[in-house]
Amino acid sequence: MTALGRPGTRGLVALAAIMAILPALLPNDFLLGVATLVGINAIVCVGLNLLIGYAGQISLGHAGFFALGAYASTILVGEFGWPPLAALVAGAVGVALLAVMIARPIMKLKGHYLAMGTLGMGVVISIVLDQEVELTGGPDGMPVDAFTLFGWEPAGEMAWYWIVSGLLLVSVWLALNLINSPIGRALRAVHGSEVAAAVAGVDVARYKVRVFVVSTVFASIAGSVFAHYSGFITPSEASFLHSIELVTMVVLGGLASIFGAVVGAAILTTLPQLLAFLHDFEMLVFGAILIGTMIFMRKGLVPTLAGLARRWRR
Amino acid sequence: MAVSADFLQFLFSGITVGAIYGLVGLGFAIIYNASHVINFAQGEFVMIGGMTTVSLIGLGLPLLVAVAGAILATVGIGLLFEKLAIEPARDASIVALIIITIGASILFRGAAQVIWGRNFHSLPSFSGDDPILIGGAAILPQSLWVIGGAGAIVAGLQWFFNHTLAGKAMIATSHNPLAARLVGINTRFVLMLGFGLSAMLGAAAGILIAPISLTYAGVGVMLGLKGFCAAVLGGLGKPMGAVAGGLIVGISEVMTAGYVSSAYKDAVAFIIILAVLFFLPSGLFGDRGTERV
Amino acid sequence: MVLGLVPGRALAADPIRIGTFLSVSGGASFLGDPELKTMVMFIDRINKSGGLLGRRIDLIHYDDETRAKNAITYVKRLISQDKVDLIVGGSTTGNTMAVIKLIQKAGVPFISLAGAGVIVDPVKKWVFKTPHTDKVAVAKIFTDMKARGLSKVGLLSGSGGFDKSCRKNARALASEFGITIVADEVHGKGDTDMTPQLTRIKGTQGVQALLYCGFGAPTSIVAKNYKQLGMTIPHYQTHGSASMKFILGASGAAEGVRLPAAALLVVDQLPDDHPQKAVGTAYKAAYEARYKEPISTFGGHAYDGLLIATEAIKRAGSTDKAKVRDEIEKTNHLVGVDGIFTMSPSDHLGLNAGSFVMVEVRNDKWKLLQ
Repeated sequence: MTALGRPGTRGLVALAAIMAILPALLPNDFLLGVATLVGINAIVCVGLNLLIGYAGQISLGHAGFFALGAYASTILVGEFGWPPLAALVAGAVGVALLAVMIARPIMKLKGHYLAMGTLGMGVVISIVLDQEVELTGGPDGMPVDAFTLFGWEPAGEMAWYWIVSGLLLVSVWLALNLINSPIGRALRAVHGSEVAAAVAGVDVARYKVRVFVVSTVFASIAGSVFAHYSGFITPSEASFLHSIELVTMVVLGGLASIFGAVVGAAILTTLPQLLAFLHDFEMLVFGAILIGTMIFMRKGLVPTLAGLARRWRR
Repeated sequence: MAVSADFLQFLFSGITVGAIYGLVGLGFAIIYNASHVINFAQGEFVMIGGMTTVSLIGLGLPLLVAVAGAILATVGIGLLFEKLAIEPARDASIVALIIITIGASILFRGAAQVIWGRNFHSLPSFSGDDPILIGGAAILPQSLWVIGGAGAIVAGLQWFFNHTLAGKAMIATSHNPLAARLVGINTRFVLMLGFGLSAMLGAAAGILIAPISLTYAGVGVMLGLKGFCAAVLGGLGKPMGAVAGGLIVGISEVMTAGYVSSAYKDAVAFIIILAVLFFLPSGLFGDRGTERV
Repeated sequence: MVLGLVPGRALAADPIRIGTFLSVSGGASFLGDPELKTMVMFIDRINKSGGLLGRRIDLIHYDDETRAKNAITYVKRLISQDKVDLIVGGSTTGNTMAVIKLIQKAGVPFISLAGAGVIVDPVKKWVFKTPHTDKVAVAKIFTDMKARGLSKVGLLSGSGGFDKSCRKNARALASEFGITIVADEVHGKGDTDMTPQLTRIKGTQGVQALLYCGFGAPTSIVAKNYKQLGMTIPHYQTHGSASMKFILGASGAAEGVRLPAAALLVVDQLPDDHPQKAVGTAYKAAYEARYKEPISTFGGHAYDGLLIATEAIKRAGSTDKAKVRDEIEKTNHLVGVDGIFTMSPSDHLGLNAGSFVMVEVRNDKWKLLQ
């Protein structure tokens, strides 16, 4: 199978094309900023989708890892004078270690223990960030220094848009490679039936841990980028609510669909802006959309639409 | 002498809030038993119970009528939720069902904001606010209502599960749904019953605690999460375990605030859940899970 | 969302755009809800009586849900997409601090409705504020305590930004007033039972008074717990509790609580020659008639913010951002409902000392202490 024929390559090219044209279509800086936020959320979602969609595990605390990356960058750069790139890497490494520590014992168990573990972890992280005022600025948050790389600094919305778009493309490409590799095939086997996979020689626990760690690293890096882009972070980045938003994006867009994750992120990031006119009813409508999608479009938006398209073409 | 009075104060405080966590945890356990779904809208049943009572009392209804009305309303909402949102997705994956319950919790909260606004509301205490002095500790009469009420409900449930056909059908279904269906148990009815019971439990908890802690549209979020921790501690699916779990979580929280550090009180429930996962995954009373190929 | 009314008389075509982001929902809805209601009412009144400089005012408002992330997004939206002339908003310190960098960079006049002193200290060119700072509140509380011969204080605070700032100021100012903080307890967000913390304070050797730093539902819960534990030491709270909701939520347990508040709260009890009396009474009558709920000082901050803004635009004769900013800074002896404002290049708050009064809860009502 040629590189172009590999599943997902066409999607990757399409995504790149969309990202290239978008700035020309958006009339002002604010909308460009929304697009950048979509990109940041999409990076987290692509990673989270690997965990939920392909490894069949649910994380209810992913926002915690996102926040750890954000705070690592903020504190290491602001308090200790580290170069931003080093802080970003340090954050990702720290988060990966934490992920391994949690996941190893849990993954050996069957059932939704990872959901509970990540729930607990996420809430504890958000409480610690809230309480350690000296270090983190407490519930009101803290400002973040600009991102500099050997003296160069992104100047304005446009620069950040290109940075985030580039990172997103890299994330998608990495995820695609993972899926189409032996690890990915093993994952899909695990998702089908853990016992059967184990019988066939797949080290179930090890693969699940790996995917979990990868997904948390995606979240951490996205968090660091968000911190520098936004200029200000608060502990609410680690909140249970935020974790739920992330899971919703993945599920809405489509489980086991990398582009679905991007679409889900796009829809749910822009929806509050679109629903702003609803004011009082915003939360209600949001909840209704969530329920409706799960009942009527169970596999998520992209796989359902893809299925419809396939049937229509026949 | 001062030390033990303080200890008693903390203990009563812990048992009171622990009873609430236990009721909420019970709700989680019952629905999990009936369907293996973790109902993240459980906390919202608590909220709806309390808020509806506030409204009914505001209309001038006497307390008993308001309480009964609120419980009925919450149970109705629970059953509607089961019928409209859970049943159509019956054959969906567990993840999808969990997302649906999360969506429901957001929907309920959004609706509550529209109906009751964003302020907090208070309920009058059932029998006044004058504290009762026991061994140097000041106990609110409402605390006794909470503890007594929770105890009565739990005892009632025990009787229900062990001595009625419907209750025994629920237990059977939780052990083995296929076998239950084979012997003629209507598992769909069991599911509805499960949701109805959990809604009732949530509403009762909300009504009992509202005079002490005030109620507002978002009160269910933390209560739901901590009730979930209680259920996990007890062994997800073990109703009495959830009650015990709730008490343990409640007392640990208050003791931590009283003797260690008041700042990390909220973290206690979640540290407990992490400890359970690492050291005792099936909870205090659960049995090891078996998975079918 | 845009709110603008077209009165009977045709106004000039180009409306003045005032933007606001408020915490109408979430933990600070206590503040954001009356703030929004006040702003809507204020602008309605102006539009109905001919507009400002002959132009209609459009109020563009967003609910940041007490989340800083949303505050940042909405301020960006107000600046780049809605292209507002001026912003009055930011219910909480957290959300205000989060957007200051943006505001300074964009050069838009901004009047904040949040409490902490750090917002205008150090002074920032485009940023102003209307509420009293927590530092001033703490100073006023300590002065009252000293007058009553109290010097050993048990402190309880929540985990919100205002709470933490207030606690910090209390600890910093204590020695200046001859006060010692003998107990320092903290409770978590959304806590429903503060008896453990209060039990510890109650049991502290020699404690003479309780000071609670916080706002929202916890203020009432603390009062209820205080009563439950049979505590008798004088009970102080801050202007974060300056609302009837605090008293009602406490179901009678708020009796005797003292706190510093803008005179608006007790406007009926002010002597007739008090500068705030006329404006405050008018605002109270209009708000309560329209919204059927009691006023709070938070709504008053919003009123003052808009007052300062519209007066500045009037004096500038245009909506040119730099000119309006200069005029805001030149605000002199402007009588608002929460105080009299005199700003300067070094003081972007400008409230007079007499605008803050000590009040006490008596029979579930606010009583002005002379």
